[in-house]
Amino acid sequence: MAFFTSFLAGLVFGLGLIVSGMANPAKVLGFLDLGGRWDPSLAFVMAGAIAVGAVAFAVARRRTRSLLGVAMRLPSLRSIDRRLIVGSVLFGIGWGIAGFCPGPALVAVGMGQAKALVFVIAMLAGMGVFEWLEGRKETKHQGGNRPKANGRRGSAHRSGPSRRTN
Amino acid sequence: MTIDWPVFTPWTALAGGVLVGAATAMFLLLNGRIAGISGIVGGLLRLVSGDVAWRVAFIAGLVGAPMAYALFTDWPKPQIEAGYGTLVVAGLLVGVGTRYAAGCTSGHGVCGLSRLSPRSFTATAAFMGAGFLTVFLMRHLLGL
Repeated sequence: MAFFTSFLAGLVFGLGLIVSGMANPAKVLGFLDLGGRWDPSLAFVMAGAIAVGAVAFAVARRRTRSLLGVAMRLPSLRSIDRRLIVGSVLFGIGWGIAGFCPGPALVAVGMGQAKALVFVIAMLAGMGVFEWLEGRKETKHQGGNRPKANGRRGSAHRSGPSRRTN
Repeated sequence: MTIDWPVFTPWTALAGGVLVGAATAMFLLLNGRIAGISGIVGGLLRLVSGDVAWRVAFIAGLVGAPMAYALFTDWPKPQIEAGYGTLVVAGLLVGVGTRYAAGCTSGHGVCGLSRLSPRSFTATAAFMGAGFLTVFLMRHLLGL
């Protein structure tokens, strides 16, 4: 059941990206181009999504289990650190270069776009680099007397996928 | 700043956004998880047993969306101006960046802002700011 609802959520998410025009990098770049002729559409997509999402999160906050009976996995990381900001800036540069972020790129792969597939493969490679660097750090710090900041990062990492799902 | 009225599509943007929000709500309330695409995809690379199938299912839904859309009408063809080399650089940056930030437009932008997370507000401001600057540099200073 959870498998099916996961598929359905992905499907509806993808349909939303197509309907909103966000599966088209040119439209996303139109939003990011404040200095040219600006297309505010992306802000309206966010507004529509957040309006619905906010209600869902308000409901979810009071629950410990989902409607299917599985444990709720809400993010517990609260730190605003260098990782968050440097990571977001790198992502923003990549987003601005091509107009693709992860969701729309996957939808465009489903449209048979070879260029989107190249982007997705490079994105997977980038994510692989992250896993590799994280793995090395874990090994290096094992048993060592690590500084406080790294300890916090380490514990976030060890907690596994549940904390990193966004 | 001048608004590009002919290409600005407020109603379909809002409707598509509501669908994205509905998918997020459904995933949260049924599966108990955040619909953050970079996390769903990135977590797949760890190959933790029992943690793979739902990720693949979600991604299959995303990739299958155009086919479902085609049942009703032709999908609008995406315009990808970037060349292959540029796409590789962009993909690498998006891959590394979203994993370090633990989120992208969906996880921080939609889910995080929906739950009023200060962390996600910071991330969204950072990636949007970087996106605005990058496009400004490329289009208006370098003329690419």
